[in-house]
Amino acid sequence: MEALFTPERIRSRKLSVKGREVVFQKTVFLSALFIVVLLLGIFLSLIVYSYPSLNTFGASFLFGRVWNPVRGTFGVLPFLVGTLATSFLALAISLPFSLAIAIFIGEYSREGWLSSILKQVTELLAGVPSIIYGFWALFVLVPVIRKMEIGVGVFPYGVGIFSASLILSVMIIPYTASMGREVIALVPSDIKEAAYSLGATRQEVITKVVLPYARSGIMAGILLALGRALGETMAVTMVIGNSNLLPKGLFSPSNTMASVIANEFTEATARLYLSALVEVGLILFLVTMIINIIGKYIIKRIRVGG
Amino acid sequence: MLLTCFFLLLCLFTCPATRAGSMELIGAGATFPYPLYSKLFYVYWQQTGTKINYQAIGSGGGQRQLVNMTVDFGCSDAFMSDEALRTAPAEILHVPTCLGAVAVTYNLPGNPQLRFTPDIIADIFLGKVARWNEPRIIAANPGQNLPDQDIAVVHRSEGSGTTFVFTDYLRKVSDAWEKRVGRGKAVNWPVGLGSKGNPGVAGVIKYFPGAIGYVELGYALLNDMPVALIRNKAGRFVRPDPKTTSIAADIPLPEDTRVTLTDTDAPLGYPISSFTWLLVFKDQAYRGRSEAKGKALTGALWWMIHEGQQYAEPLHYAPLSPEARKKAENIIRAMSYYGSPIHP
Repeated sequence: MEALFTPERIRSRKLSVKGREVVFQKTVFLSALFIVVLLLGIFLSLIVYSYPSLNTFGASFLFGRVWNPVRGTFGVLPFLVGTLATSFLALAISLPFSLAIAIFIGEYSREGWLSSILKQVTELLAGVPSIIYGFWALFVLVPVIRKMEIGVGVFPYGVGIFSASLILSVMIIPYTASMGREVIALVPSDIKEAAYSLGATRQEVITKVVLPYARSGIMAGILLALGRALGETMAVTMVIGNSNLLPKGLFSPSNTMASVIANEFTEATARLYLSALVEVGLILFLVTMIINIIGKYIIKRIRVGG
Repeated sequence: MLLTCFFLLLCLFTCPATRAGSMELIGAGATFPYPLYSKLFYVYWQQTGTKINYQAIGSGGGQRQLVNMTVDFGCSDAFMSDEALRTAPAEILHVPTCLGAVAVTYNLPGNPQLRFTPDIIADIFLGKVARWNEPRIIAANPGQNLPDQDIAVVHRSEGSGTTFVFTDYLRKVSDAWEKRVGRGKAVNWPVGLGSKGNPGVAGVIKYFPGAIGYVELGYALLNDMPVALIRNKAGRFVRPDPKTTSIAADIPLPEDTRVTLTDTDAPLGYPISSFTWLLVFKDQAYRGRSEAKGKALTGALWWMIHEGQQYAEPLHYAPLSPEARKKAENIIRAMSYYGSPIHP
């Protein structure tokens, strides 16, 4: 047995070990680089293909309220508003639930059947295909909301920003919840114990020690959820009402950038029309990027000891 | 014995290949005639051995793919614009294959048989008529009990030939529509909500009391949806069905058949009807295509506008009118290979 690790043998393999190390390192590096190149490539091709529209409309594309394929006037504002409204509303609705799940699993019930069921179920939520969410929303959620709208006294479309936000909020819960659970579980027990030793109640420990300590991680989860909400297409398309007018309120039908691309891309024959749709994609890309950068900045600012 | 067996086997394998040269044609385009084309191409394959592979990717895609010469024929619910034809690499012909219609459908208590005048439809979709018991709707529907309820307009969310035909009709019957919206596969709808595809629109209307929308006629008939009678140019309220749709094309047509049939002059025709076309290059000698391929294509087209027409009505499509068929025949006869006609 000891013959396996004689100095001679180790020396003789040394070069090839080093060689393999180099190959491995290069492969990893190139793969990582490839992703960066790919992203840049997507960005560049979006710019190239949207050039006719960029050239024709300039900044007015961003603030234009009219999307009229017949006249060839294109403005993205209604979709921009629709996208941001549904995403942030969904985030606001989902946050209490996902935080509660994260705190419960991460702090109160780390082991046992209840937490494992909760864990599984929240993760399962992320695995359900979005078309299923869309169908469920269209056939179950929308009629309920229609009844609610009749009660409130607004026009009972059923579909609209509110319905889309509700279904989105369910879809993004797992992202914030799982991330939150992980970081809450990682809070060092000595600082929690220190707080307990000073006479803090459990609720005080969670709100004053655990959450502040974990906030940058929770923020990262929120960011992930927001990214998902911004880009979600199928489920939103089915319940947002697909109206290209600037939404007037919480319950009005609207449209998102992802939806309008999915809806109109196949039949867009005119060059300007097609490039306007690509520019919508470009703006969605940029919005996601900007929100990510702001998010990263916030994470950095609020990181404990960072 | 063994040799005979071998020969027989050889024949078995080579026979289907020699039959019509195991020709295969590829087409792409509109989703609207897809069920009919599936049936037609299957029957044609059984009868002649010519395989026709059709991909329903949408009219726009069909036009693009033909212009890029990646398919043997395209298919479109809307004829190509003059500009699109001018920029195409070679002359493109439109061969009408059948007709479709757009039905106006609704959801009211008891689903009474409604009658609409053109101005009512236009004003409903413009948002000017917003309640079911407006005097104009009552006047067009004497004896019907119309509820005091808001009208919810439902339209297609994605670009579609159905929308093109419907808005083309509205454009013809209403100046206000022409000024404010116009026609297109996707338009800037003044009111209402959008839903994807015929099933999407039908689904929303079905669960939404007070809703009104438009779907492709075949879809409405297949699903027993209430459809409105619409007053045509001659002043008759016409029920949409394959017969009244065919009649809509029984009017003098231009030689290239690139015409919209909406608001037809035909006295008994349904006013929201339209052709669907196969698009082909006039001269089949492009990209090194064989003459046999061009012949196979003209043969298939000829069959579609003659024997193939019998399959239209059972599938809720409207067959070509005699006038339309005559024009289609002329167009197919005009097809050529290096300038010489290829249709026998």
